[in-house]
Amino acid sequence: MERVAIIGVSQTKYTQNNPLSFAELVYQVTTAALEDAGITISDIDNVVSVSSDFWDGRTISSMAISDASGAYGKDITTVEGDGTFGALYGLMRTLSGSFDTTLVVAHHKGTESNMRGITNTAFDPLVERKLGLDAISSAALQARRYMTKYGLKEEQFALVSVKNHGNAMRNPLALFPMEITVEDVMNSRRIADPLKLLDCSPVTDGAAAVILATEHAAKKLVPPQKCVWVKGVGHCADAFRLGDRDLADTRALTAAAKRAYSMAGIQDPGREIDLAEVYDAFSYMETLWLEGLGICPEGMACEHLERGRFDFTGPLPVNPSGGRLSSHPVQVAGLAELVECVLQLRGEAGDRQVEGARTALAHGVNGMCGQSHCVWILGK
Amino acid sequence: MSDWKKSVTPMVFPGKIAVPYTWTVGSTLSKFYCELRDNGKIWANKCPSCGTVFVPPKVKCINCYRDPNIWVELPGTGTVESYTIVRYEEPTLHPRKAPFVYGLIKMDGADTCMVHFIDEIEPEKVKVGMRVEAVFSENREGNILDISHFRPIK
Amino acid sequence: MGKRVGIVGVGQTHHASQRLDASGVELIAEAVTRALDDAEITIKDIDAVVIGNMDHFENINYVDMWAVDGLGAVMKPVFKVTTGGTTGTTIAACAFYTVASGLFDVVLAVGWEKNSESDTQAAVATCANPVLERDFFAGAIGPLATEYSMYMKAYGATEEDAAIVAARERNNALNNPYAHVRQAVTVEDVLKSPMLSYPIKFLDMCPRSDGACAVIFAVEEKAKKLCPRPAWIHASVVRHDYTHFGDLEWTFMPTLERASAEAYKLAGITNPLKEFDVAELYLPASTCGVKWMDSLWFCDHGEAPKLIRKGVFDMDGELPVNPSGGVICTNPIGATGLIRVGEAAWQIMGRAGARQVENVRRALVTGFGGCSWSDVIILGADLP
Repeated sequence: MERVAIIGVSQTKYTQNNPLSFAELVYQVTTAALEDAGITISDIDNVVSVSSDFWDGRTISSMAISDASGAYGKDITTVEGDGTFGALYGLMRTLSGSFDTTLVVAHHKGTESNMRGITNTAFDPLVERKLGLDAISSAALQARRYMTKYGLKEEQFALVSVKNHGNAMRNPLALFPMEITVEDVMNSRRIADPLKLLDCSPVTDGAAAVILATEHAAKKLVPPQKCVWVKGVGHCADAFRLGDRDLADTRALTAAAKRAYSMAGIQDPGREIDLAEVYDAFSYMETLWLEGLGICPEGMACEHLERGRFDFTGPLPVNPSGGRLSSHPVQVAGLAELVECVLQLRGEAGDRQVEGARTALAHGVNGMCGQSHCVWILGK
Repeated sequence: MSDWKKSVTPMVFPGKIAVPYTWTVGSTLSKFYCELRDNGKIWANKCPSCGTVFVPPKVKCINCYRDPNIWVELPGTGTVESYTIVRYEEPTLHPRKAPFVYGLIKMDGADTCMVHFIDEIEPEKVKVGMRVEAVFSENREGNILDISHFRPIK
Repeated sequence: MGKRVGIVGVGQTHHASQRLDASGVELIAEAVTRALDDAEITIKDIDAVVIGNMDHFENINYVDMWAVDGLGAVMKPVFKVTTGGTTGTTIAACAFYTVASGLFDVVLAVGWEKNSESDTQAAVATCANPVLERDFFAGAIGPLATEYSMYMKAYGATEEDAAIVAARERNNALNNPYAHVRQAVTVEDVLKSPMLSYPIKFLDMCPRSDGACAVIFAVEEKAKKLCPRPAWIHASVVRHDYTHFGDLEWTFMPTLERASAEAYKLAGITNPLKEFDVAELYLPASTCGVKWMDSLWFCDHGEAPKLIRKGVFDMDGELPVNPSGGVICTNPIGATGLIRVGEAAWQIMGRAGARQVENVRRALVTGFGGCSWSDVIILGADLP
């Protein structure tokens, strides 16, 4: 694969009830990403917008923000799904020979939407939708299946929440930085057993942007310290109905990760990756995905977590940003992970800097219960 | 330059996408729902190539992409593979009042699970591995709620 | 540099106003199965999938996830793109870039829509800014009617010019077994049909349809092995315009002019009217088939009616436009742009049946949607 770099990044502070419109959010991160790279909008060859007609409450959701993303007079397209998939398409457009630079921008205002109603529409109107399932009740089914398969306990998942909200204390952009204990999590309101309030990610508003460039464009446009290289990427989807698969079987994630690792020349991800941003929409998901990523053997991630392996000060910090548990703007989330990895690899992560980080992993999810995954490996 | 923004009170307009929908059920699920509605039976379909049995029935086998054109009647019993006790109210979505139980039920005679309600048992007593059977609604209209819920097999 | 990419197979459903026998997933499965058969490959040969439609027509979130059964995409890479009316051409562009990137060799592109499942105008209306424009200018017909009124006033084009286009396309559709509306009409039939929004009449306007289209793109080495005459992608260009209807230019279409100019440059085309052998254009109303010809650089502004009356775009003319019958005969919106690509590809591959144009070496495809958004794709029988 030809070398492609991320040369500019930005993200908003994650908030609730953000008074800015979608266009204003997109404009904010677009200008900030350009500033970060030290380039102008005329240096951008094309735009990939990541947006959702459902969450934006309109058809052709990207139409509302195309001006704001500087796409007038440029080639623009829209991916509906997590930002990691949007960035993947941006990467392919950059590799295609048609474009040297690509802006990928994602926006989301969860607090302007009806989260339960919207996630309910991810279910088949002909079958499961009538049962009233949504993101949380379906995740609860997955959580319990995972617990049953490996004999895990709610207290173990609670550690993820403690760790990630604690990590967010070092991230000035996070929505819910919190010093909490396992007991706080266990005592928080029960939503859909075994999930409690502090096991769940918050409804969030925000936006993020990344700028991709081919190697020769990157060399012309930015100094070397701005460049973080795309080493590998993979994506893969599993079956649709919750009952079509073993919800604790992460085969699609493993397939996506395998492709990314192979491209990046990684053979032992647990050792060769310095930090990972993993899609922790719910506490149990962090450990489940770490197993699917091959960073832990199946069923063992909770134990590794208990031993401190994934702590900020541990050998493999997971979600140093605070994770989705601290800020979860849907669609934006995966792109925000890429932003975090870039900042970490550049040494610009401030108080949450992972020392000596040279290889980072970002992971995004599409669909309910992690039906589809996209894995990125970035390196300096 | 952006000082004028400081004097602005942000406004919000409420809105709703009010588009009514009529979903075509299609041939595969129409057969499933007609059997459910008219005969109170749960049918699955099977791939002639790999033999996987799907319930609800599938348009294409997810392993082989062949047409699962062999139809199989199921006994309507199964084993609870997972469950959750939903404790929040969402009247626009939930056909039941909280707390209620969703179960992921591995259906006897099939290779997949169905999601449905588990009832006639206290929510806290539901266990993974329980044997359950489908209970059909009195008034069936040809949709998934023609099954009212699953209950423990006595 | 990027890889060269060819289309090696196309599949379509028989489009209809309402396919009661097929759910959305079943429609998708139909189109995909036919495309695999056309390309003579199996689902195992597909490396990645891209799908698109317009969400609010069926109210299904994460359509890529919902459709995996019909797409044959379980345990494959898949994602969704959507850009309103241009969705179909956006999907094609996505498959093209996916293969050109070198990351995937054989990519399945699927566009579909079941417009029967909702009130099309109500859903389309949600693209207008809810604070500024939705209440009074939304929907598809209003803006199209407005632009042709202005064109008539500026250049003396007539309702009859549009009726000639309508009759031409509807009669072309009689040769297309997949077309939704297949009805022989005369120019007079069109002029006498009920007025929808002056000057657009019922027979000038596209229907809404249920349908799906699947197109298989392959990298050069594989395309050559799989297909005797792949349709090679020579150019793909997109130009969008401002967000609000009130900001647009109305007497010509700047986006189409810019997109086509750029595409012609990439493909080395200097005289489009002569160098293209066939065109499958996204014309949602016959009036577009008049006015937009100017913006494709076929003639100066205002001169299109002359070409139309000379029969330049007829099946036996210099540049047959929409041998398939076009959008006014078939319009499952998420698929419509992709159907243009599929039909143009079949023209090059020599698989267009009764609507085949002789000796097609270069084909022009356009997509249209949203706020004057234009996609232009050029296909060729020779490698670019």
